[in-house]
Amino acid sequence: MPSLIRRLRSELFATPGDAVISIALLTILAAAAAGFLHWALRQAEWAVVQVNSTLFAVGRYPIEQQWRLWLLTALLAAAAGATWGMLRAHPRRDRTGRLWPRNDRLAVAVLIAVALWVPFALGLTPAIQLRWWLLTALLVVIRWLAGRFGAGLPPALKRLLPIVWPVLYLVGMVLIGGGLGLARVAPAEWGGLLLTLLASSFAILLCLPIGVLLALGRRSDLPLLRWGSVLYIEFIRGAPLITLLFLGQNILGFLLPGGLAPDRVWRAAWVLTFFAAAYLAEAVRSGLAAVPRGQLEAARSLGLSSAQALRLVVLPQALRVALPAMVGQFISLLQDTTLLSLIGLLDLLGVARTVMANPAFLGRNAEVYLTLAILFWCCCAALGLGSRALERRLDPHAVPSRV
Amino acid sequence: MNTPHTTTAPLRCIGRLLAALGVGLLAVGCRPEADGVQSSTMGRIRERDRLICAVDGAVPGFSTVAASGRYEGIDADFCRAVAAALLGDPEKVDFRPVTPAERFVALNSGEVDLLSISSTHTLSRDAPGGNALSFGPTFFYDGQGVMVPAASGVRRLADLAGKPICVESGTNTELNLADRMRELGLSYQPLRFQSGEQAYPAYEQGRCAAITSDSSLLAGKRTGFRNPAAHVLLTELLSKEPSAKVTVQGDAVWADAIRWITYALFQAEESGLTRANLQAKLAEARARPELAELRRLLGVEGDLGRQLGLPADFVVRVVKAVGSYGELFDRHVGPSSRLGLERGPNRLWTQGGLHISPPFR
Repeated sequence: MPSLIRRLRSELFATPGDAVISIALLTILAAAAAGFLHWALRQAEWAVVQVNSTLFAVGRYPIEQQWRLWLLTALLAAAAGATWGMLRAHPRRDRTGRLWPRNDRLAVAVLIAVALWVPFALGLTPAIQLRWWLLTALLVVIRWLAGRFGAGLPPALKRLLPIVWPVLYLVGMVLIGGGLGLARVAPAEWGGLLLTLLASSFAILLCLPIGVLLALGRRSDLPLLRWGSVLYIEFIRGAPLITLLFLGQNILGFLLPGGLAPDRVWRAAWVLTFFAAAYLAEAVRSGLAAVPRGQLEAARSLGLSSAQALRLVVLPQALRVALPAMVGQFISLLQDTTLLSLIGLLDLLGVARTVMANPAFLGRNAEVYLTLAILFWCCCAALGLGSRALERRLDPHAVPSRV
Repeated sequence: MNTPHTTTAPLRCIGRLLAALGVGLLAVGCRPEADGVQSSTMGRIRERDRLICAVDGAVPGFSTVAASGRYEGIDADFCRAVAAALLGDPEKVDFRPVTPAERFVALNSGEVDLLSISSTHTLSRDAPGGNALSFGPTFFYDGQGVMVPAASGVRRLADLAGKPICVESGTNTELNLADRMRELGLSYQPLRFQSGEQAYPAYEQGRCAAITSDSSLLAGKRTGFRNPAAHVLLTELLSKEPSAKVTVQGDAVWADAIRWITYALFQAEESGLTRANLQAKLAEARARPELAELRRLLGVEGDLGRQLGLPADFVVRVVKAVGSYGELFDRHVGPSSRLGLERGPNRLWTQGGLHISPPFR
C-alpha cells in the first residue's frame, strides 16, 4: 500500500503545477461521475427497459415458443461451462511461463455477481430471475466438473468435444427457426439481441472460410482466379455497406420471381457475410504475406503436397498473425448489424427505435441508448477477451511445457 | 410524414423501371376470378392468406411495437381493418417495418401489399411520370408546425429571425422551412440533425430556439419532454401534409378496395357505428327494411362489397376489427390518449372537419 501512495505522489503530485492539474482533472471527473449517478439513480426512468426487456432480448418472438430460446440458452451455458472447464483442465504456459488459464476465480466471482444482480436490478419477474440464476449455476457447476475431471477423459472423447459447438449452432438454428417437428417461427419475428447475435454470428462464421478462399485466390497464380478475387474484393470494399443492404432488400425482389428470394433477414445476413468476407480476405492476405516463402518451400521439400503445405504449415501461421486484425473485423461487423435497423429490421437498434416511439415511453432516449451501449460493449468485450485468450494459447513464443 | 428527398430520386427511377417489368409479369400470371372483379394483389393476398402491410414502426400513435410485441397505432390498426375486410381475420397481417427512404421501392417491388405509413399525397408521388403510386383518400390531415419554448416569447415565425432552428436534414421539412423563411425574407440558422432522436434532445437542451416537423409528431414528442407544458406550437403552419395509404398504380381494383375501406371508417363514424353498438345496429338493420342506407352500408341488402371484390359485409368486418375512424383516432392519438392531439381538420365534414365519405350506394 505505501508503495502505491508513493507512486501516486510521484506521478500525480510531483510539482505544484502537477498537483494543480491533477486536482482540477480529478474534480472534473468526480463532478461528471456525480452528475451521471444523480441522473441514473434519480432522474432516469428505467421502466422503459424493465417493461420492454423481452422486446430488447428477442423482439417479437412468439411468447408461447420462447421456451425454445431458454433451452438454447441452457445448452449454450452448458457448452460454455464445459469448454471453460476443459481449458482449465489443460492449461498451457504463456510467454512468461505462467500457466493459463489457472487463476480464474475472479472471473467466476464477477460472473456470479453480474448474474445475480442484473436480473434483480432489472426487476424481472421472479420466475425469470430464477431461470437466469439456474443458468448461471449450470454454467459454474459444469465448469467445475469439467475442470476437475476433464483431464482424465479418454483422448478419443476429448478430440470429439470441439464438435459440440458446430452441432450446437445447427441445433440452435432449428430451435430458433423451427422445423423437425417444431412450429416454424418466421425470421420476421426474430428481433432484438437475438437477431443481432444471430446475424453477426452467422456472418462471422461464414465470412471466415470465404475470406480465406478469397485471400488465397488473390495470391493464386491462375489469372482468372486472381482477377476474380481482386475484382470481388475491390468492388465490395468500394461500396458502403448500407447501399449493399438496400440492394439486397429491394432489388432482389425484382430479380427473382416471387417466393424464390430468401427472407429479408437471411438476405441481410448474407449481405453482411459477403461484405465482411472482402475485408477479412485482406486481413488474411496480410497474414499470408507475413509467412516467409521458405516455409512453403521447406514443407514442399519434405514431400507435402501444395494443399497439405498450405493447410498444415502456411495457413496456421498466417491466421495466427492475422488474428488481431480479424477480430477487429468481427467486432466492427457486430456493430455494423445496427444498420439492419435502417432497412426496417428489428435488431437491437431497430427495437430501440420503436420503443422510443412508443407513446408510453416518449423522451426516454438516454436510458434506451445507454442500455444499448452496455449490451454492445458486453458483446464486443466478449469477442475481444476471447481473441486475446486465443492469442495467448497460440503464442509460438510460449515457454515450452515441462511435462 | 416527410421523406428524405435526396435518397429516393435514384431509387425511384430503378423502381419505376422494374415496376413496369413486374407489372408485365404479373399481368401474364393473373387469372380471372369468378365474380369478374380481377386484382392480382388481392389474388396474391388471398392465396397466401396473409396481408403484408408496411408500417414505419417508430411513429408515436401511428405505429409502434408494444412491450408484448404487438404493433399498435392508427396505421397498424388500418392494416388490421384491411385484413379483416379481405380475409375475415384482423390478425392475418404480417407487419413489415420499412423506413421512409425505402417504402416506395418496397411497394413497387411487390415486397409489401400496402403502405400504411403516413405518406404525404403529392403530385409527383401520384403522377405516372413521378413515383407512379396510387393514393387512397386522405387519412390524416397534418401540417408542418413549429414548436418553441413558451417562455421564449416567440409567437410568430417572424420572431424567429436570426435564431437557430432544429430540423431533420434531407427531409421535405427542411425544404419547407427554407422556402417559407425565404418567402418571409427572414434569415435563420438551420441546425440540421440526422434523425429526430438527435434533434429533439438538442431542442430540449436549448440548442435551438425552435424545432420544426409535422405537428402530430411535435405534439407527440412533446409529451416525452421533462416539462411538456413549457413548450407551445405556433398557430402558423409551414405546409399542408395530407397523408394517405398507398398502393401500386397498376392495380386499380386493389386501390379501390383500400379507398372504400378508408371511406367505411369515415362512414361508420358518420352513421354512429362503434365496436360496442355494431351488433345492435346490425340486428336493427336486419329487422327494419326501411333503413335502406344502413342496410346497404352493412351489406344486409345490395352487393356493394362484391362490386369491389370484397365480401358483402366488409364494413361490418372493418368496424368489428378496429371501430370507426373516430374510435381509432381517440384510442391512439386523441385528447384522451397519451399523445393528446386535437382532432382539428381530422373531424368529419358534419362537425366542421375535412373527412367525408362519398355515399355508399
